[in-house]
Amino acid sequence: MAAQSYRQTKYMTFGEGGTAVAFAALAIYAIVVAARAYTPEYAFHAYLFAAGSVATVFAILNRYLGRGDALAPLTIDGKPNYNMGPVKLATLLAVFWGVAGFVVGLWIALELAFPALNFDLSFLSFGRLRPLHTSAVIFAFGGNVLIATSFYVVQRTCRARLVGDLAPWFVVLGYNFFIVIAGTGYLLGITQSKEYAEPEWYADLWLTVVWVVYLLVYLGTIMRRTEPHIYVANWFYLAFILTIAVLHLGNNAAVPVSMFSPKSYVVWSGVQDAMVQWWYGHNAVGFFLTAGFLGIMYYFIPKRAERPIYSYRLSIIHFWALIFLYIWAGPHHLHYTALPDWTQTLGMTFSVMLWMPSWGGMINGLMTLSGAWDKLRTDPVLRMMVLSVAFYGMATFEGPVMSIKAVNSLSHYTDWTIGHVHSGALGWVGFVSFGAIYCLVPWLWNRPLYSLRLVNWHFWIATIGIVVYVTSMWVAGILQGLMWRAYTNLGFLEYSFIETVEAMHPFYVIRAIGGLLFVIGALIMAFNVWRTIYPFERLAPEASMTPAE
Amino acid sequence: MATYSSLWQRHWILERNSILLLLGILILIAIGGLVEIVPLFYLRSTIETAQGMRPYTPLELAGRNIYVREGCYLCHSQMIRALRDEVERYGHYSLAAESMYDHPFQWGSKRNGPDLARVGGKYSDDWHRDHLLDPRSVVPGSIMPAYPWLFGTDLDFSHIAEDLKVQSLLGVPYTDEMIANALADVRTQATTDAPDSAALLKRYPKAQVRNFAGYPGRVTEADALIAYLQMLGTLVDFKLYDDKANVR
Repeated sequence: MAAQSYRQTKYMTFGEGGTAVAFAALAIYAIVVAARAYTPEYAFHAYLFAAGSVATVFAILNRYLGRGDALAPLTIDGKPNYNMGPVKLATLLAVFWGVAGFVVGLWIALELAFPALNFDLSFLSFGRLRPLHTSAVIFAFGGNVLIATSFYVVQRTCRARLVGDLAPWFVVLGYNFFIVIAGTGYLLGITQSKEYAEPEWYADLWLTVVWVVYLLVYLGTIMRRTEPHIYVANWFYLAFILTIAVLHLGNNAAVPVSMFSPKSYVVWSGVQDAMVQWWYGHNAVGFFLTAGFLGIMYYFIPKRAERPIYSYRLSIIHFWALIFLYIWAGPHHLHYTALPDWTQTLGMTFSVMLWMPSWGGMINGLMTLSGAWDKLRTDPVLRMMVLSVAFYGMATFEGPVMSIKAVNSLSHYTDWTIGHVHSGALGWVGFVSFGAIYCLVPWLWNRPLYSLRLVNWHFWIATIGIVVYVTSMWVAGILQGLMWRAYTNLGFLEYSFIETVEAMHPFYVIRAIGGLLFVIGALIMAFNVWRTIYPFERLAPEASMTPAE
Repeated sequence: MATYSSLWQRHWILERNSILLLLGILILIAIGGLVEIVPLFYLRSTIETAQGMRPYTPLELAGRNIYVREGCYLCHSQMIRALRDEVERYGHYSLAAESMYDHPFQWGSKRNGPDLARVGGKYSDDWHRDHLLDPRSVVPGSIMPAYPWLFGTDLDFSHIAEDLKVQSLLGVPYTDEMIANALADVRTQATTDAPDSAALLKRYPKAQVRNFAGYPGRVTEADALIAYLQMLGTLVDFKLYDDKANVR
């Protein structure tokens, strides 16, 4: 390597030394906190921070001792030397967390059908497992998919190595440490009760650090690009990273009771807190689960179909209209509540308008297959991603309908919302993620996918699962909404609340069956990924670092 | 050098400069949030004038924190919408004023169980105790989990004064007197016929003072939770509330 000719002596970089010192300091601080913690649960988390910090210091030193004199070069023979290690790890973690999150979802679905499954245990009760499910699928599964694909796409489309030596690893490992803190916290009863933002103040602070590094690595890599234009997928990833940072800071503004207490009180209260929460909550959907995954759509579908994006101009309109309109949609979660009417009306209006850019994006994704539709017959991976875009179209039509106040008066507080969320989450986010994983694993490990037939099985089992899930929740939700407002001919409410709960039982059972099918599909994927990376017949050993073609 | 002749080509400016792209995104996403959120802090019509609202007693606050900890809000809303069937089922629609001291709000988003905004006083303490220990013993069709661990566990309220202090920092009108008496007030409120109840009631009108969970001499987590449930929706007297007074 050329770098070695002038850099004879090996020395520790500022990044390595500084990070090691910072983590050593964090370890000491965490031990002090653990010793004086108000609750044993918090002490446990402090010890986790200490253990993680110590392990990080050792990992940095170990890596330093094992590496060559120079850091990995940016290019090899004039071609970018991509950094795919963190991408590989995040991809595998996505598969792991995906299966875990789906299983917990299945479990809590069964708890609603058969409450004995709560087993009278605190850590198994629905109220503690539900945030574990939502965080595991959204942030652990979805988040790792986004980190993996964004780091892959930004390098490929910019033709540049990721910025930072330790930083990309810090993003992946730090983010997953946040997941562990959040998840174990829920089981132990540590939550601030803000939906999809349940982790307490210290986990939020940690995530803030990780997220800023993520933004810097991403932006820095874009700045390092050798292509003149920033590819459209990167616009969406950038909007996702930036907006999630803004939402996270706004919604989690809180004052801890003490640095020795896990408890904090959010600075907003009542109606303002409700508005801030759903400004966050809806845009966690809009920017985490939509903009980020649209980044996946804009790279992986054209790549897999071997066709260019259908319309460059449509992607420009799609992007700016989507990010501008989405942020207004939050108040549709608060129709007919104590939130002022003007805010509700604004939220409804923009939610309906949002239909247009959403379908613009769907059309752009689907029409990219122009001239390649035949591939849907032969390539189940592409079929999966195309169906995901169709689900995206369906969910983004249903959403505006449900945001209309008259419809929302029926659907709100019912399982219709749950059905809607899952047609988006299982159909759109799930399938586009699976498609991306099926693309990424062969590309990253440089070997063919173990079995396309298993992908086909995954596709059909999961699709049937989604249909069963969503339709049962539609029926359950509309039924319950109608029962709540049913009157006898004497003008009395016809049903007591508990009668409407009892009416849900068959649908909860059917929903759990749908969920089970989705879990089976994910397990098939996990097996397929494992067999791809560790085939039965050992392949010939490869060079450890493969330059880009 | 490229000439930016058409609008589409002008977009190249953003496509070629990551900082401008970043700023463009930031500006566009800021507008909606600012327009919808900021006025809620200064428009006086946002929160009605309603008599009777007061901060939670320390015991109620501790109970509320258990309500949060166990994720009750995931199945129970505390927000009665202004719809005929809801008002007839649960009582007067919820006012913004009724949650103005709630850090964070507990309006909820899903009703696997009924709304709890006005559950206070609807059932006896014994009913709540039985219901939390074994929901199906009092409501056969219930799908609620049981919460036996709340009954075996003494409430840890040693730091409750710090909680009040933080809340007062955030604008909840806890006085120095309330903070100074916080620890004692927990014990007082959870004791039937407590001698200091008059002073507590002066600080917190309408507070209910008694042993809630049936373990005399002990303050369990269940006491705190039931104390919280029994006060929900009881502060504003709707016989006196004039909704016309708030029309501006």
